[in-house]
This record gives sequence, structure tokens and C-alpha cells, in this order.
Amino acid sequence: MSAASQVPSGADLKTRFTPSLIIGLVIVGFWLLVALFGPALAPHLESDIVTDMSYAPAGEVGLLGSDYLGRDVFSRLLYGARMTMGLALLVTLLSFSLGVILGFIAAISGRWIDGLMSRINDALMAFPSIILALIVMSALGTSLMIMIATVAIIDSTRVFRLSRALAMDISVMDFVDVARSRGESLWWITVREILPNTLAPLAAEFGIRFTFAILFISALSFLGLGVQPPAADWGVMVKENLQGLLFGSAAALMPAASVASLTVGVNLIVDWFLSRLGGDVSQELMN
Amino acid sequence: MSAVIDIQDLWVEARSSGGSFQPIVEGVTVSVYPGEVVALIGESGSGKTTTALSAMAYSKPGCRIVGGSITLNGRDLLKLDQEERRQLRGREAAYVAQSAAAAFNPAIRVGDQVIESTAIHQLMPRDDALREAVKLYQRLDLPDPERLSSRYPHQVSGGQLQRLMAAMAMSSSPALLILDEPTTALDVTTQISVLSAFKDLIRGQNTAAIYVTHDLAVVAQIADRIVVMQNGKVMEAGATEQIISRPENAYTQTLMAAVRPPPKSISVEGEGSDQTDDETIVSVDSITAGYGRTETKIVLQDVSVAVPRGKVVGVIGESGCGKSTLARVIAGLLPQRSGEIYHHGQALPHVARRRTRSVLKNIQIVFQMPDVAINPRHRVREILGRPLDLFIGLSASARESRIDELLELVELPTSYKTRLPGELSGGEKQRINLARALAAEPEVILCDEVTSALDTVVGKAIIDLLKKLQANLGVAYLFISHDLSTVASFADHVVVLYAGRVVEQGPLASVLAPPFHPYTRLLLNSVPELRTDWLDGVVASKAHLDHLGQAVDSSKVGCPFFNRCAVAVNDVCNRRDVPLRQMAQGHTVACHLELDALRE
Repeated sequence: MSAASQVPSGADLKTRFTPSLIIGLVIVGFWLLVALFGPALAPHLESDIVTDMSYAPAGEVGLLGSDYLGRDVFSRLLYGARMTMGLALLVTLLSFSLGVILGFIAAISGRWIDGLMSRINDALMAFPSIILALIVMSALGTSLMIMIATVAIIDSTRVFRLSRALAMDISVMDFVDVARSRGESLWWITVREILPNTLAPLAAEFGIRFTFAILFISALSFLGLGVQPPAADWGVMVKENLQGLLFGSAAALMPAASVASLTVGVNLIVDWFLSRLGGDVSQELMN
Repeated sequence: MSAVIDIQDLWVEARSSGGSFQPIVEGVTVSVYPGEVVALIGESGSGKTTTALSAMAYSKPGCRIVGGSITLNGRDLLKLDQEERRQLRGREAAYVAQSAAAAFNPAIRVGDQVIESTAIHQLMPRDDALREAVKLYQRLDLPDPERLSSRYPHQVSGGQLQRLMAAMAMSSSPALLILDEPTTALDVTTQISVLSAFKDLIRGQNTAAIYVTHDLAVVAQIADRIVVMQNGKVMEAGATEQIISRPENAYTQTLMAAVRPPPKSISVEGEGSDQTDDETIVSVDSITAGYGRTETKIVLQDVSVAVPRGKVVGVIGESGCGKSTLARVIAGLLPQRSGEIYHHGQALPHVARRRTRSVLKNIQIVFQMPDVAINPRHRVREILGRPLDLFIGLSASARESRIDELLELVELPTSYKTRLPGELSGGEKQRINLARALAAEPEVILCDEVTSALDTVVGKAIIDLLKKLQANLGVAYLFISHDLSTVASFADHVVVLYAGRVVEQGPLASVLAPPFHPYTRLLLNSVPELRTDWLDGVVASKAHLDHLGQAVDSSKVGCPFFNRCAVAVNDVCNRRDVPLRQMAQGHTVACHLELDALRE
């Protein structure tokens, strides 16, 4: 194999740093720093009850006020960054590895293997994801590891469908036939011929799945199956402080805004990836 | 009499990848009078379609008209606003696109699509429009005009759809008709009827027409005047007769030189040499192959072909005749149902992956569409390096210099090594495809329609390159094409496929001379010739228009060509198995008719 020839030359970076990429990098970089150093910077522990006043307004107690139990929202936000981003990233990476590998296997083997895998996948998708997660976790217990595995598997059904469809599209192209006529192995065809052409749409999907993972985990946490109190997680913080909106408290809005900004940042980076890769093969054919 | 459309000093710009606007049409002047056909010819990228579309004041997304005047029926289109232009499109100027199959909505009956522009512009009630449509169908020689309107596009053949496109354009009796390569996607046998239908219609309605094409032989049949374009500029303009017989401009002369002489006029020196002397490299014996699990979709039936060392075997036939399938079977991409493939007398496994490395190395395939035949994510160095790694095995520096050599062999600069396919033109991509096949140093290359997706001039350059490589490297080709002229200019041995069966094969000289299989004769007579009266002559003789409306019949009983054959004998040809007649040495014709009848 000629791995060296894959390294892109400088001329390849046609679309260099665009303003939107820089914004995306700044946002994601900021939250990464918070995730790394947040707990060290936080004025209180995530579980500390600092005041007996629920939903204290911002500035009065801490930087961002207090939550429904009187904990410091700012501190919990800093603690939550690590939990939220770490979990979502882990879940998305797992679901992508699983979904892409299985999806490609299904697409390339075809025939009954594809049929079997696709029907099982359909069966899994037929359940509402939250119900499915509830069933699995009530059977296996509520540890963080089990939750990560469950959410990753459920999420991977979507990835499976996408990657199977993409691989199907690419595998009928002539260049794949050329590789077959050269006697290339399935591994080579998958990794060297098909995968590079599916990266762009998969990257776009990654950005979306990452966001959904945050939301899904927060929903599970709200039901008591995910992140266990008093651990801070942005999703949990939104859910537990929803009531506060009625009293004009921003305790629920701050973590929501954090999720939103992270989502925007991740997707700005993904968009840049897309434009750099120049879309997928089908777009090139249309030109 | 004033011109219907008068384009003066037209300038059009297109946004380049960098974002700035570059001129793609520079100062083009064209005018067309009623009943006149003006052809715009040139390679892809010459601006001919852009110019034609501007006659409707339309520019493609990313393009803009920046200068000149476009006068249609006395009104300057560039002074009209969007709504006024919309009013005029489809009513005063109509457009016929290259691919009718892509232009028709598969879910709507053809009648409703044909009369669509009359409905949009509220020109006449639906019933009247449908009655007018039937008249158009008759004028276009479409079969069963009364019931045609109620059919769906998939129930109509490709040639008929193309004529329906013309009916669609003519339904509102426009003053100007724009035809964009309307016969390029059609088989030669279908092209004739479509061309003559267009010609009659334009003359009959006294319409002005702009005909965009790259095919000079087609232009000679239909156009009154020709405008030759290159890189957005007019190279030469004049009467058809003058352009094709006395081209003045150097570029026009290049174009004329790229036109292959019709196969009938090719004289092959020496009676087809006896090819049994040559060692056979690859042969297929009684191959039957198809798609799907059942017997329903048999594409190739009982096909036997042999490729001798260093020779060119041409495989010719219409689309759907199974010629590409043949290449895929030999390459081990589609396992055959029965029959064997031999390489130096040794039967090969059906699937490429089970074949030995030396077999894989010696049989290489080059596909039709350069755009999809190379992985857009691989650099040229990797594309060419992979077969070297697999089949040759070189040190890093030898590999690098071999890649340089390969690029030089296909006449590309060595600096292309670091390029991605997206940074190459269609012709360059096809050269890379060829270089990839050559990298394995094969004994035979299966060329599947390698010039079909390319412009005439670029295609000719590829053929010349193939010839040179054959002479220098001694490589053999199985050259698959639908274009008889290309095959005739190149092949030593010709195989004529029809509906998945070999109807005639033999040395080039024997196939191009009588006795013919009736289908070979039809093919030969259908290749447009570069003289203005060719089409009229063919149509006047009417000989081979009669049965062409019939769809290709791939039933297994009798002769597959029976329903389209002008000389078929009922109850014989459609019932009995076709005998294989030995003509001269190595020349066989599959036909019931006696030798004398085939000679006429």
C-alpha cells in the first residue's frame, strides 16, 4: 500500500481558513478548554448548595444565579461541560464506528446478509428510541457504561442506514468495478475506494448526531437513567430548571444556550470539512 | 423578410471556481430566418449551448449575459423583465434537450406533457391541444398517434421520446426552435428517422431553428448554415455546403479531419488476413450471461469471440445489445451462466477474485465514462501506482519513474502525478484510465466505448493513441463501440452483436463488403455521411425505415432480428433456429437467407 501518497499536498487546501471555520473553532475550542479546566476554575463544587434561595437571579448569587436547589449555576455549567461533551463525543464515536462498519458490510456483501442486517436494523428503528433505551436499561441496570452502550447502539441504527445507502451508491461505480477486475480484496475496496467518497456526507451526519446525542442523554438523565444526580450535565440542568422559567430565572437558559453554541460550532467545522472535500461523488457527476 | 432571431455581439460570463466572472461567449453574432436551420458546432466548452440558450434570454445558473443584443421577432429580449421573458419561453421560442428520457416526467402521461406549454400560456383548450398533438405525432411519423397521448414515457422507445420532445416544443407553434444535440444519445438506426422527422417538421411549419451539435455529419443533413465555435468565439460561419467542402478556418479543418469516413467508403487493403496464424490470447466460447437470478434477463446468448495477440477485435451493436456485458464477463465482473472464458487455452474462473495474478495482469479493462471510472479521491500517482504495486512490484524510485513513463506514454505532463481527477478534463481522465490499464503491461485491454463520452476531436486523439500503443507495445484490444465508423477505422476483426447474439463476424474487409447480414447492412446504411444529400437519399430509398419502429425482440425462438428485418421470411426466420453460414475464411453470418440474397 502506498499510504504516503494519500497525504494531501499544500495545494489541496483550496478552501483554507474561512471566517465561519474560525468562529466554529473558537466556539468548540472554548468549550474544550472549559471541559478540561472547568472544574478547577469553578468557585464551588457541582453538588454544593450555596444558598437557600432557589432561582436566585444572576449576579446576586454567583455569576449566573442559583438553580432550583440553590446550587451555583455557573459552577455546574463548568462541571457539566466535561460530562456533556465527553458523553456525547463517546456515544457518537461509538455509534459511528458500529453503524459505518455494519452498514458497509451490509452494502458490500449484499444478498441475504444485507437483507438480514437491514431487517434487524428496521426492527430496532421501529421502537421509539427512548422506550427502547428504557427497556434495555431497566433490564441491565443504570450504570453510565450501560447507558453509553445503549445510546450508541440505538444511534447507530441511523448511521447504519445512511452508510449502507452511501456505500451502495458508490459500490456500483465503475472505479469500484476496475478495482474488482484487478482482484482487489473486499477490505481494500471498502477502505480505499468507497470510504473516501463517503466521508463528506458522513461528516455532516456526525455533526447532527453529536447534537442529538446530547439531547438523548439529557432525556434519559431526566428519567433517572442517565447522568445521576448530583452530577452536572447540561441536558439535566435544562430539564431540572425548566420550572424556573416561570419565575424569570435563566438557570435553564444558560445550559440550553451552551448546547446551542456547541452545536453551531461543531456544525460550522463540519461545513468547512464538506466544502473542503468538495461534496460527494454524485455531486461531481452532476457538474 | 426579417430574421426570427438576431443575436448581435453576444457576451456571456460565467463564475469561475475562484468566484470571479470569466467570459465564455465572446462577441458571437448569429441570426436565423424563418424555415432556416442554423447549426452551432464545436467541442464541449465552446459556448454553443450557452449561445443557443441565450436566444431565449436564458442563461444557466452562474452565468450572466453581459453584452450585445438578442432580438426575437423584433423585440430586444435583454430589455424585457423576467415575467415577460417567461411569457415568451415555450410560446415563441422552444427548446429540445439532449436526453428526452431525462426530460420527461415518468409519472405524467406523454400527452399532457406535450401540450404543457399550451396549457401554461393558455393558448387553447386542452381538447384542441390534444387534437393538434395527434397531428404533430402524424407529422413526426410516430406510431399509433391516436393513442400515444395516453401512454407513459416508459412505454415509449427512446427514439420516439426524442420525437415527442419535438412535438412538445412545437405544440405552441413557436417561431424559434432550439435543438440541443437531439440525436446524440440515439442509436444510428434510430437517428435517421428522428432527423428526417425534425427536418420535415421544421420545413413544414416554416420555423426557424438553432441546432446545437458536435457531429458534423448530422449537421450536413439538416442545417442550411453552419456556425463553428471554439472557446466562445465564432471561428467560421457560412453555408453548409461551403463549410463541409471548403472549410477556410484552421479549426474547422481540424474538425473536418476528425470526422471518420463512413465505413462503406473504407477500402481495406488485402483480403482479410487469415487470423488463425496468430496466437489467441483471450477467447470466450458460447457465453450466456445475464442479470438477476431468473432466466428472464438474458443479455448475451451463445457468444463466441477470440482476441489474437496484438490485434484489434471490434464489437459493434446498438445500446442494449450486450456489448458492455461481454466486457464485464471477460473481466470477471459478471459471472456467466454457461460457456467458458479462455486465456491461452486455459479456462478461467468466473469471478475476478479467484483468478491468478498473472491472468488479472494480462486482461485489463477501460470503461466508457471517464468521470466515474477513476476514484475522485485518489491522486493520479496512486491511481497509476496501484496496478504497479499489485502486478509489477517496483522499488520506490523505479515506481516513481514508471509513473512518469506511463504519463508520457499517454501524452500527459508528468506534473499531473499530484492531481486529483477533478482537476482533469474528460479527455485527460480517459488517458489516465488508459495509463492505468497499461501500467499492468497487459496482453489485452477491453475498451468499453472509450470514446463515446468524448468530443470528436478528443475521441480521435484517443483512438490515435490506442493505435500507437498497439504498434509500439503489441497490446491487443477488444474494442467495444456503437460507432461503426470508429470500429472500421481501427479494427482487424469485427463482431456484430444484435440482441445478445453474434449475427456476423469476420475480418474487417469481409464484414464491410457484401455478403452482409441484413442487420450489418442496416448499420452500414445508417451511418451519416458527410454530404448534404445523404439523408434525403436514404429516406427516399425508404428501404430501412419501414421496420425500425419495432422494439428489439430478445425472444429465444428464431432470429432476433426478424421483426425489424426488411428481407425476413415469415414462418422461417421467426420459428427456426438460425444457421451459421461460413462465408470466406473466418467470416460467419447467422441468417436463414441464402448467400445470393445476402449479397444484393
